[in-house]
Amino acid sequence: MSLTVAIASAAYLVAALLFILALAGLSRHETARGGVVYGVGGMAVAILATLALVIQGAVAGGSWIGIVILVAALAVGGAVGLWRAARVEMTGMPQFIALMHSFVGLAAVLIGWNGHLESGDVAPGLLGIHRAEIFIGVFIGAVTFTGSIVAYLKLSARMRSAPLVLPGRNALNIAALAVFAGLTVWFVIDPQLWLLVAVTVVALALGWHLVASIGGGDMPVVISMLNSYSGWAAAASGFLLDNDLLIVTGALVGSSGAYLSYIMCRAMNRSFLNVIFGGYGNAAPAKRGEEAEQGEVQEITAEETAQLLAEAKSVVITPGFGMAVAQAQYPVAELSRILRERGVDVRFGIHPVAGRLPGHMNVLLAEAKVPYDIVLEMDEINEDLPETDVVLVIGANDTVNPAAAEEPGSPIAGMPVLEVWKAREVVVFKRSMASGYAGVPNPLFTRDNTRMLFGDAKERVQDIVRALAEVTTSS
Amino acid sequence: MQVGIVAESAPGETRVAGTPSTVAQLRRLGYDVVVERGAGAGSRLPDAAYAEAGARIGGAGEAWGCDIVLTVNAPNDPELTQMQDGAVLVSWLSPGLNPALVEKLATLPITALAVDAVPRISRAQSMDVLSSTANIAGYRAVIEAANEFGRFFTGQVTAAGKVPPAKVLVAGAGVAGLAAIGAASSLGAIVRATDPRPEVADQVRSIGGTYLPVEVAVEQSADGYAKATSADYDAAAARLYAEQARDVDIIITTANIPGRPAPKLITAADVAAMKSGSVIVDLAAGNGGNVEGTVPGERVVTENGVTIIGYTDLARRLPAQASQLYGQNLVNLLKLLTPGRDGVLVLDLDDVVQRAITVVRDGEKLWPPPPVSVSAAPPAAGPAAPEARVETQRRRPFPLAGRIALTVVGLAALLALVAFAPPPLPQHFTVLVLAIVVGFYVIGKVAHALHTPLMSVTNAISGVVVVGAMLQLGIDDPITLVLAGVAVLLVSINIFGGFAVTRRMLRMFSKEAAR
Repeated sequence: MSLTVAIASAAYLVAALLFILALAGLSRHETARGGVVYGVGGMAVAILATLALVIQGAVAGGSWIGIVILVAALAVGGAVGLWRAARVEMTGMPQFIALMHSFVGLAAVLIGWNGHLESGDVAPGLLGIHRAEIFIGVFIGAVTFTGSIVAYLKLSARMRSAPLVLPGRNALNIAALAVFAGLTVWFVIDPQLWLLVAVTVVALALGWHLVASIGGGDMPVVISMLNSYSGWAAAASGFLLDNDLLIVTGALVGSSGAYLSYIMCRAMNRSFLNVIFGGYGNAAPAKRGEEAEQGEVQEITAEETAQLLAEAKSVVITPGFGMAVAQAQYPVAELSRILRERGVDVRFGIHPVAGRLPGHMNVLLAEAKVPYDIVLEMDEINEDLPETDVVLVIGANDTVNPAAAEEPGSPIAGMPVLEVWKAREVVVFKRSMASGYAGVPNPLFTRDNTRMLFGDAKERVQDIVRALAEVTTSS
Repeated sequence: MQVGIVAESAPGETRVAGTPSTVAQLRRLGYDVVVERGAGAGSRLPDAAYAEAGARIGGAGEAWGCDIVLTVNAPNDPELTQMQDGAVLVSWLSPGLNPALVEKLATLPITALAVDAVPRISRAQSMDVLSSTANIAGYRAVIEAANEFGRFFTGQVTAAGKVPPAKVLVAGAGVAGLAAIGAASSLGAIVRATDPRPEVADQVRSIGGTYLPVEVAVEQSADGYAKATSADYDAAAARLYAEQARDVDIIITTANIPGRPAPKLITAADVAAMKSGSVIVDLAAGNGGNVEGTVPGERVVTENGVTIIGYTDLARRLPAQASQLYGQNLVNLLKLLTPGRDGVLVLDLDDVVQRAITVVRDGEKLWPPPPVSVSAAPPAAGPAAPEARVETQRRRPFPLAGRIALTVVGLAALLALVAFAPPPLPQHFTVLVLAIVVGFYVIGKVAHALHTPLMSVTNAISGVVVVGAMLQLGIDDPITLVLAGVAVLLVSINIFGGFAVTRRMLRMFSKEAAR
């Protein structure tokens, strides 16, 4: 082992530790920026160490073409990455992240293919294992790739976000897995290139179908899941290339994504398998027959809402995906600022699955300069809701549905929700009376203490801000 | 279509069927509104305010000649003759108590809607004039009592000595009762309430009262009103009232049973046992009274100095509020009757609410309507709905034995895998397993709010596969070089993009103190 190799191995260990510190830093707002610095440092160490190895190899082999490609690819990729990162809208964050996942997946596929094409110096005893690793890496990578692409298309509304329901879709998924297992065995015995092509195609199709059959509202889980997959794809590449850094990092990312998926599922009171293979579409119609009594909703105008807010002592705002769709985060932040200047206690309540990405609402509110210490989680805000004067529900539906807590027969029964109906008054911003993602009627809208404010959330909030200026401080 | 709001002709009436605020809402529904000159005078609502809200001020003939006529009291014969053929009358008709009026209406080519016949279902609550009126009466009853009662309601400790708080008993915790409890307790009195329905106890408590149960079984009624009750219950209740009468300063009774004389709750003996200066307000006075000695419409003082108030016009004593709530109820009703929001009234007799209130349609008598069954007791003005958390529905965790078995199987599989795998693999598995464990512990501590930055950072970090691709660039094979080059390109987008966007997001998160 040459000195460079030894130093590179040591550098990989350092990089792995820096990555762990990076994730640990993200546990709190105060340390989060430091975490990113650790992450960048770890990546720099890993790339420099590898670069040293590649240069050493180039010097020994006398061929510099690899170095040229490497530098060019790094420069172009880096520039594209920085450009996109600076331009992306915060409301477009979910699709941005989905697209990024697809890159890792595709890269893992390419690395796996290369692993097959140049499998020269593998010990004969390990050849079978090496081939299996190639297959597994390519498979996970390809599923991640197409899955993320579909997620990206759905989130950016280039594809219908309603779930695709093929006949026997679970059978299709299981068949794909079985084909994968069979092909792996075959490939280990007889490494034909067409087998590799076949498994790539099967995995691409599986990834496509898996995500296409999941609806838009379950995207927080899907994105976390793909995040996890991209990690496992990296770990599989690590096995293939005999590289511990890739394994450690892949495992970190993989478990991170899995943990996020778990949190999201728990917030919906559903199991992971139910989200991936089930969906509300299959369970909901059971109750349709006995249509619960549809009450009469009570409307309110923006001016009356302004009056209500001016007289309130405490206000809680619960945003949902609708706020992101209407791009209403800036007016909402403005409203909260004005109310706070008037001495109203304004806070935000965020349901874990609000939006299309874990933590999506927090990022949007942060973008609009809402201080993060008034943005609370569901569990923190729920106990204060009965003492709250006014709750503004902006673009949220299922996450504030009292049926989840009160109607055992409801499809979303048992899902933890923001208990906004306990507040003195609730104002629901809504474009129409359509039901939410789960397709469940929301009895909140017809409660005695609920008022509906119809229209585009952004315009309505702006109307309230305008009307508030006219409401003299009567209280 | 034109909506007419008329000046009430009933003696002593102060209310009006619309206010400037409800006129504006009627205009939004597409109606033209005509208000009779001086209609709002009793409620201190000047004609100018109506005009400003978009109404036309006209004479009695014009208001009565509209397509839709809104009134508070049932119209008299001369008024009815001013109505056009095919017009719609919306009024408080009390068709159940006024068969003569119903017959009279049926002889006219008009449609008559009785707003007081709205069924007690939750959908119709926003149009329930009985609730609105009861709410006002309950509030006003407390004000009347406070006016007669020569003392504070609230307890005080003053330099001149200690003042005990007044004790108030409210009989019947319906809408009026609850309003009375709320008003009395916000004046600072100690409030107790009785009601045959034990399920109202929470509502009583939620607005500051104490619920006094009568320990006897009651039957649940089908129409949401409390039914006449059994003899056992009456005996127990009588004991309770006798006991309370000796103790409290104010009694407000609100017990009304539709279509029957009001039950006698407080006997003459109870009244005689009360302290001098005590006040009783009998909200059932118009219906016979809950108190022995009540004179409907009058205030009487008994020999032992107890004032019994039997006013039957409590809502009229709060005219502006009563007009506003009544007018709002009518607007809500017209919303239901104007599905197109286009100023065209459409009566749909298949709808239970609309069927229930229709007394006469174009001269055809439709009273009485088929009964409407209320499945649950109406929530009335209950701010605190009963809590029914669905704990059983929560996903049950795996049984413990199953989890242990699964863990054991998993560990055994890992053991076998690592033990029999050739050299580099066991080391890789060690690294993998430890890294997963570290990952779970580290990620478990991440704040919810930082989940999006977490995703973008892990995204950047998973770009570490660039290391693999870079190493493959050392191989001199055109296809390999191209594939590896593409991989490096893609993944470097991740690395740079991921870190950059994370930094961008984290810069946005600011704490209040920092600003």
